Amino acid sequence: MNKLVKLFITSISAITLALVSFSSSFAKVEGDYIVLGSAISLTGKYSSNGVHTQNGYNMAVDRINKMGGVEVQGKKYKFEIIYYDDESNPKRAAQLAERLIKQDGVHYMLGPYSSGLTKAIAPVTEKYKIPMVEANGASRSLFTKGYKYLFAVLSPANQYLEVAIDLAVEKNGGKGVRIAQAFEQDAFSQDVRLGILDAAKRTGSEIIIDDKLPKELNDMAATLAKVKATKPDVLVVSGHTKGALTAIRQISEMKVDVPMLAMTHCDAAKLSKQHGKKSEYALCASQWHKNLSYKDKFFGSGKKYDKDFKKEFGYAPPYQSAESSAALLVFKDAFERANSFDRDAVRDALKTTEMQTFYGNIKFGPGGQNTAKPMILFQVRCKGDDCENKVVAPTKWASDKFYHPIPKWSERS
Amino acid sequence: MDFLIFKAPMLMVQASLDGILLGILFALIAYGMALQWGVMNIINIAQGDLVILGGYIAYTMYLAGIHPAWGVIVSPIIMYFVGVLLYKLVINKVVDRDLFISILATFGIAIVFQQLMNFVFGADVVVAQSEYGTTMLFDNSVTLPNSKIFSAFISVLYAVALVVYMKKSRLGRAIRATAQNARAAKILGVDTEKVYAATFGINAALCGIAGALISITLTLHPYVGLPYTVRSFMIVIVAGLGNLPAVAISGMGLGLFEEFADYILGTEFRIGAVFMLLVFILVYRRFKLSKKREYLK
Repeated sequence: MNKLVKLFITSISAITLALVSFSSSFAKVEGDYIVLGSAISLTGKYSSNGVHTQNGYNMAVDRINKMGGVEVQGKKYKFEIIYYDDESNPKRAAQLAERLIKQDGVHYMLGPYSSGLTKAIAPVTEKYKIPMVEANGASRSLFTKGYKYLFAVLSPANQYLEVAIDLAVEKNGGKGVRIAQAFEQDAFSQDVRLGILDAAKRTGSEIIIDDKLPKELNDMAATLAKVKATKPDVLVVSGHTKGALTAIRQISEMKVDVPMLAMTHCDAAKLSKQHGKKSEYALCASQWHKNLSYKDKFFGSGKKYDKDFKKEFGYAPPYQSAESSAALLVFKDAFERANSFDRDAVRDALKTTEMQTFYGNIKFGPGGQNTAKPMILFQVRCKGDDCENKVVAPTKWASDKFYHPIPKWSERS
Repeated sequence: MDFLIFKAPMLMVQASLDGILLGILFALIAYGMALQWGVMNIINIAQGDLVILGGYIAYTMYLAGIHPAWGVIVSPIIMYFVGVLLYKLVINKVVDRDLFISILATFGIAIVFQQLMNFVFGADVVVAQSEYGTTMLFDNSVTLPNSKIFSAFISVLYAVALVVYMKKSRLGRAIRATAQNARAAKILGVDTEKVYAATFGINAALCGIAGALISITLTLHPYVGLPYTVRSFMIVIVAGLGNLPAVAISGMGLGLFEEFADYILGTEFRIGAVFMLLVFILVYRRFKLSKKREYLK
């Protein structure tokens, strides 16, 4: 009896397995749909940005489908995305990537949120030769591993604040500046740091404070006291949203006067909203801003994207959403140029991408990073208690003049 | 290597004051931990998450237009009941069990709290603004945020109040009796069940105060509770259980040590230095204990 039961269970599981593998071989394109897969952080510590990413993807899928979809070999297809929640956990993300590929038969992937999770997924997509277009993993190490199926629409992390150093040198009459920097000890922030080191070398600048903030640190008083004592020309801080909020809080409380303050994650931290006037004059690196003049036929301009996104989701799109939308435009373009659903053909098409989207120009370098789009810097400027982010660099896109040096705290109201 | 701190004596003053002010706040959290550890023999891994929850209560008030400093009164009241509820639901089932079980149980509570806070308040890092301004000393070369001074002052106030309460009140004496010998206290008519619930409630209330103070001095995020747990754990290990002055001194000492480690060893070794100190203290204690044992022989 026992043996019979065992035999029964074995055969059932065998049939199920067979069915699963059978169905999966058709799953990449089902009927009129091209199925994409994505593991995304809908819960856990990245959930806010995970949702921004998902909204960006969904917005682009709707728009592309509404405007005729993707044309491959004379037939129109629509995009569809299978999502799983990776709980902001890299291990889970890698498992889900396997599941998307092996069980759901997904042949084309969209990236998760954050460099860490992209790093967890990339080896899996690489192993199964699945092209992945990602929009939220900026860490430089993603692009030095020789991945062949990974494409990122965003600028790599080391470029985030290089522009700021160039700007400081320019303001200093072309002479090198004295830089104080504080970076969290995580892959992304350390990449930003490497970018600064390069820029310092290039411009003959000197780094006088180089603090590495522990991940659990929420107090920067010591770093800022050093800054006060050494009076650098530029202070650079990168430590995700926590770092940005802590820095502004303590700079304003300790009345630290620096001529220039450059940071990352200001918009994710809602700096101008949470800290108001205290955050004025902070320079922030950003992948995208609605005022840039890039255009495409799906979303029109950045301003139009901003408007449509607000209408659909009820909040202004952060750059995480914009770059995620751009990822789908890249996929659509690649499918049409490949004119095939063959993974390698699609990958080759992705490799030769050269296009403009509302988010920026996209052209992939040898490591898969986007080399065609510069980072932008905006500066927080306030009118009364109303603070806004104004683009100040590069000059081509600038809507406002860069305010330099930052007035002393004693002169600020 | 040149040590900036020795070149600029004002930095020494700044570092000391920063360290002490922050240390006092951590000592408050640690005192709560020492209290319930001493009374119930439970190491509460969820300590830091209770702190953050307390902070979110103050932050919610701030969003509603009330000054977040009122959180130091509202938050402990709410957190007391959260603590009692937590005791009734989970802690009373593990209170006289193995220490390991209590660690597991409170670890579970910590995860549940994190996810709940993430669900309710979102995953964004938030701050509440006190607009207390800054105190400048020595011709503007040493700056102290008034919010930090305020938080140290409130911490001291509550700590003193608690000590007096523990000495004078009936419940306080019952708590101390239970800590000394739960069985004897029970025989002499102390309702230990009630004492445990109250102790856990008081601990949660202390966390609530600390959380409200953190909302105006540092930052809040659903997942930053653990460093507070670890910090208070260390303070308690150094100070020992049931000794408030020792907890206060060890809190301030750790705060100071951390600030100076930052200047001398570098920011990246700041936390590492504290752990090194912890290892050193544990080894030293063992060494001292073994000497005592020899003496007894």
